[in-house]
Amino acid sequence: MMASKQKKMTPQQQTYQQLQQKHELKRPILKNCIKAFFIGGLFCVVGQAVSYFYIYYFNFTEQSVGNPTVATMVFFSMLLTGFGVYDRIGQFAGAGSAVPVTGFGNAVISACIEHRTEGFVLGVGGNMFKLAGSVILFGVFSAFIVALVKTLLKIWGVL
Amino acid sequence: MKRLFAMFFWAFVIGGLICVIGQLLFDVAKLTPGHTLSLLVVVGAVLDGFGLYEPLMDFAGAGATIPITSFGNSLVHGALQDADKHGLIGVLTGMFQVTSSGISAAIIFGFLGALIFKPKG
Repeated sequence: MMASKQKKMTPQQQTYQQLQQKHELKRPILKNCIKAFFIGGLFCVVGQAVSYFYIYYFNFTEQSVGNPTVATMVFFSMLLTGFGVYDRIGQFAGAGSAVPVTGFGNAVISACIEHRTEGFVLGVGGNMFKLAGSVILFGVFSAFIVALVKTLLKIWGVL
Repeated sequence: MKRLFAMFFWAFVIGGLICVIGQLLFDVAKLTPGHTLSLLVVVGAVLDGFGLYEPLMDFAGAGATIPITSFGNSLVHGALQDADKHGLIGVLTGMFQVTSSGISAAIIFGFLGALIFKPKG
């Protein structure tokens, strides 16, 4: 492995790049997509079951049920992350486990667990949103722009 | 009963497809997971701005609420709801109204997880 890597380094850069491209093409995109589709779909089916549970037993409507469902999925993600299962699902499913909110939960919770050795205030508190912070930042900022534009258009009577 | 199964089916298909889009952004566009998720959240917010996310949620249920795109959607949704009531300041006050539980659950369960579980490896 090491020897072959050094062999690649010695030829001219163009040949190296060709080699690299050949290597890049080997990414099993179709296989990855199928895995992501099934695991991601499975998470959503579990979410749908949780939604029905809240609709039938806690009087949520189909419009408002997203909120408690997301919280429950984050709870499941805590258990899966804590027992080390979520990492394995992630290695198998790629985006199938990252795109559902459980992936967001996993990002927060794994950062919490990982940094607890540095103490609860500076470790857990400071690093909690290390990975998930970008999602919150861009979500809130883009939502702000979209809602602002739409509200202004409404006030000016365009919409 | 038929509608119940249809909901599960479409939740599976639509949720799976959104994950495939994420996987394509990983593999084809070669974005990092952080970039991909940020992009999907922004897409969700913009889609709701055009009023396109709500129909998808009616159609696919959890298939649309579970992927991270729904986070952007519900942020815009809350902001617009309060903006209708209180005018421009509602954009700020309503931002987290609909998606409150996602954030609070992540914080609470994250801390609980740090209390209960020990880091591995």
